[in-house]
Amino acid sequence: MSTQLSEKEIQHLYWRAGFGILPQELKIVRRLSKNEIIERIFDQSSSTAPLSMNFGILVKNKKDLSQEERRKLRKLRNSKMTELNTLWVQRLIDTNEVLREKITLFFHDHFAVRLKTPRACIQLNNVIREHALGNFGTMLMAVSKSPAMLIFLNNRQNREDHPNENFAREVMELFTLGRDNGYTEHDIKEAARAFTGWNFNRDGDFVFRKVHHDYGTKTILGTTGNYNGEDVIKILLENKQTAKYICAKLYAYFVNDIPNHRHIDELATSFYESNYDLTTVLKTLFKSTWFYDLKNIGVKIKSPIELLVGLSRPLKVGYKDPKVLLYLQRKLNQMLFFPPNVAGWPGGKAWIDNSTLMLRLKLASLILNSGVIEWQDKGDMPEGVLMIRQEMYSKMKSKLQKKVQATPSWTEFLNQLEKKDKNALVQFIIQPSLSRAAQKTVSELHHTDTKNFIIELMSLPEYQLC
Amino acid sequence: MRRRDFLKQSVFASGMTLVPSFLKGMEFLSPEQLSGYKNVIIIQLSGGNDGLNTIIPISNDIYHRLRPSIAKKSDQTLAITNDLAFNLNLKPLKELYDKGEVSIINNVGYPNPNRSHFRSTDIWQTASNTNEYLSTGWVGRYLDANCQHPYQAIEVDTSLSLALKGNSINGIAVSDPRQLYRTTREPFFKDIVGHAHKEMLDEDNQGYLYKTMLETYSSASYIHETSKIYITDTEYPQTKFAKNLKTIADFIVSGLKTRVYYSSLGGFDSHVNQLNSQDRLLKVYSEAIGALVKDLKKNDRFKDTLILTFSEFGRRVKQNGSRGTDHGAANNVIAIGGSLKRAGVYNELPNLSNLDENGDLRFTVDFRSIYATILGNWLQVKDHTILNQNFKKLEFI
Repeated sequence: MSTQLSEKEIQHLYWRAGFGILPQELKIVRRLSKNEIIERIFDQSSSTAPLSMNFGILVKNKKDLSQEERRKLRKLRNSKMTELNTLWVQRLIDTNEVLREKITLFFHDHFAVRLKTPRACIQLNNVIREHALGNFGTMLMAVSKSPAMLIFLNNRQNREDHPNENFAREVMELFTLGRDNGYTEHDIKEAARAFTGWNFNRDGDFVFRKVHHDYGTKTILGTTGNYNGEDVIKILLENKQTAKYICAKLYAYFVNDIPNHRHIDELATSFYESNYDLTTVLKTLFKSTWFYDLKNIGVKIKSPIELLVGLSRPLKVGYKDPKVLLYLQRKLNQMLFFPPNVAGWPGGKAWIDNSTLMLRLKLASLILNSGVIEWQDKGDMPEGVLMIRQEMYSKMKSKLQKKVQATPSWTEFLNQLEKKDKNALVQFIIQPSLSRAAQKTVSELHHTDTKNFIIELMSLPEYQLC
Repeated sequence: MRRRDFLKQSVFASGMTLVPSFLKGMEFLSPEQLSGYKNVIIIQLSGGNDGLNTIIPISNDIYHRLRPSIAKKSDQTLAITNDLAFNLNLKPLKELYDKGEVSIINNVGYPNPNRSHFRSTDIWQTASNTNEYLSTGWVGRYLDANCQHPYQAIEVDTSLSLALKGNSINGIAVSDPRQLYRTTREPFFKDIVGHAHKEMLDEDNQGYLYKTMLETYSSASYIHETSKIYITDTEYPQTKFAKNLKTIADFIVSGLKTRVYYSSLGGFDSHVNQLNSQDRLLKVYSEAIGALVKDLKKNDRFKDTLILTFSEFGRRVKQNGSRGTDHGAANNVIAIGGSLKRAGVYNELPNLSNLDENGDLRFTVDFRSIYATILGNWLQVKDHTILNQNFKKLEFI
C-alpha cells in the first residue's frame, strides 16, 4: 500500500490524532505514504511519560501531622489540583507523545472524575495514559480499582449490609454498554453486590475487604454465579455492545459528531475481535478511506483544550502565570480535572455560547499578540483617526501583556514556514473551506505582515473547526 | 382596546409579527408600553445554602438539639411567626415580608436527591429527573418554544449557565454590556459579520458558529443601545452581587424585552465554622435584594417582576464535628414580587422528626412545580412542553 495523502489530509490526520501539525513535521511526512505517516504517529507515542509532582505533606499519614500542618491540608490540596491542571496543559503543549496524550484526553472525559484529591487524580490520569494505546479492558479494570474512581463513585461505601449502586450504575451506563443499552435496574443492583468490598489502603493500593463482600449468588445480564467485581467487568467486556458504545464515542471524538453506523460497526468489529486493543481500533480508523472523506474534514468544533493547545504548540507558547491558563479554561468551559459531572463534557455545539465564542475568537490575538488584532489600514481612515487608533492599540497591548504573560516564539515559527503566500497560509492554518463571509474578509486583508495575517486567520470562525 | 393591552397581548403571542409597523423600528419597549411586561429574576445561592439557618424553625426543639453550637437563639433572629424567624442578616427581606411581598415555600426538592453540588445544580438547571442527564436547561427550552431572540433570557455573569442553554436558542451571558459591545466592535469581527448573512448559513457546525456570532452581535448592540436609556441612581451596596442586580434593574427599567434574568451568589459551600460565612453572605444577598426592589418600585416595575431564590440543596439538620453542616436535600425557596397571590409562609414547616435515611429534610414540593407555576401562571406559556411532564402548579402567583 503506497497511498499518498494530500497536504489537507495530512493536516486532517494530525489535527484529529493530535493538535495540528508543525511546519517542519509537514515537510518530513509529505514524502511518506499514508501508512508510513500513521505508523510514525504511533511510534512517536510508543513510550509513556507519566505526570509527576511533589505532594509535600499530602503523602504523610494524617496522624503524623502537626495541628498547623493539618490546617494547611485543604489549601494545599487545592493548590496542588491547580498545579496538576497546568502541568498537564503544559505537557499537552510540549509533548512528543501526541497521540497518547490525545487518547488520554478522550478517556479523561470518558472516565470523568471530579475530586479535590490531587494524588488520586494524578494516579488515575497516569493509569489512563499508561493504557491509552494498550488494552481497553485492562484500562477499565485499573480505572475501576483506582482510588479516584472508588472515591468518586462511592464504592468504598458499597457493603453487603448497605450496598451503594453508584459505581455499578455508571460502569454500565457511562463506561461500557451506554445508557439504556441492554441492562436493567435489577442488573445494576446485582452488579453493585458484586463490587462490594472494593476499597484501597492509605498508600492508594487496591484492597479487597472480604468482610464487606457479598458472597451470595448474583444474576447479571442473564448469567448467574457467585460473581465478584472482576467477573462483572469481564461480563461487560464479553458483551459486544461495549465495543459498539466505545467505538461510537471514538468516532465522535476522532471523526465526526454525526454518527455513521456502518463505519462505527466496522470499528466495533475490529475492537471486539482484537479483544479491545486500542492501537488496533485506532489504526483501523486512521487507515480507513472514509476517515479522509471531505465531509469529515474541518467539521468538528475544537474543544477548548484543542483550541488552546492547538495554537500554543506551533508557537511553543510558555505561560508565566499559571492563573491565566486556569482562567481561560474556566471561561471556555473546559477545566481539566474538573468535568461538569460524571457524564463528562457534553462537547460539540455545547462548547459554544455567545461569551465563549467571543473569547474563542479573541484567543489567538490574546495569547499570540497581547490581545490585539492589528488594524489594517484600508486607506479609508483619516490620518488623525488612524494615529489615535494605533495609540489605543499599543496602550491596550502593554496592559494585556502584563496580564496574559504568554511568550510565543514568533521568529522561530515564521522561519519554519515554507510558503508565505496568501493561499498557502490559509490552507495551512484553516481546515474547513472558507465561508463566503470569510472569503470576502480574507480577500480584503494584506498578507505582507505574515504574523499579523496568521493571527487574523486564527480569529476567523473557521479556525474554531478542525 | 387600549394600547397597553394590545401590546401585552401581542407580547404574549410571542411574535413581533403581530406588532404593527409603527413599532417595528423600535426594538425596545417605551415606558408606557413597559407596564405589564412580566419578567422573572432567578437567583442561585451556589454551594448549598443552609435553609434552616436562613429561615429558622425557632421553636423547634429538634433544631436546637441537633445543632447545639450553631442553632440561632431567638434574640439573634427576626420573628416571622411564633415558630419561624428570619436570620438577623435578612432585615431587608423581613421588611418586604411585612409588606406582603415575600412568599416562603418550604421543603422544596426532588425525589432521590443528589448531594453533589454540580450534579444537583444540573438537576435544578435542566429540570431533569435525578437519574437523567439533559443538555438543555429549562430556561433554554423556554426560549426554544416561545422566543425569537437570545436576549430574551439574560444571565448577568461572565459565562452562560446550563439553565439558559436551549436546542436552537441559547440565552445571553453578559456581565458588562459595554464590554460585550466593545468585543463585538472589534473592526476585524465587524468585517466578518458585515459579510455574513443569515440566509447563507447551514445547519452544520460552521453555520452554527456564524449564527451564534451574528446573534451575539445583534444582541450586544440591542442590549447596549437599549440599556443606555436608564442608568439607575438608586444606591446599591458595593458588592459584585449587588452590581449584577443593578445591571438587571437597568435592563428592566430601560425596557429590554427580556423575560428571564439569571444570576448567582456563590460561596455557600462551607463545612466548617459556618455561622460567620453564611451570615456574611446572607447580608450581601438581602441588602442587594433590598436595593433592587427599591429601584424597581421607584420605576413602577416591581409589580411585573418576580424574584426567585433557590440553592441546589439544603444542609443536614444535624451539625457536623466542625461547627458546620454537610450537604443535605430539601430546602426553602423564596419568592419575592409585587404581585404575589399568596404572600407569607406558603406551606407547612419542615418536619424535623421525619428525616430521610441521611438525616436530611424530605421534600414535599417538587422544584419543577415552582417552574411550572412561573411558566404557566406568570409568563403564561405552556409549561408542559418545556418541562416534559405535568407538575402541579402552586398558587403563590
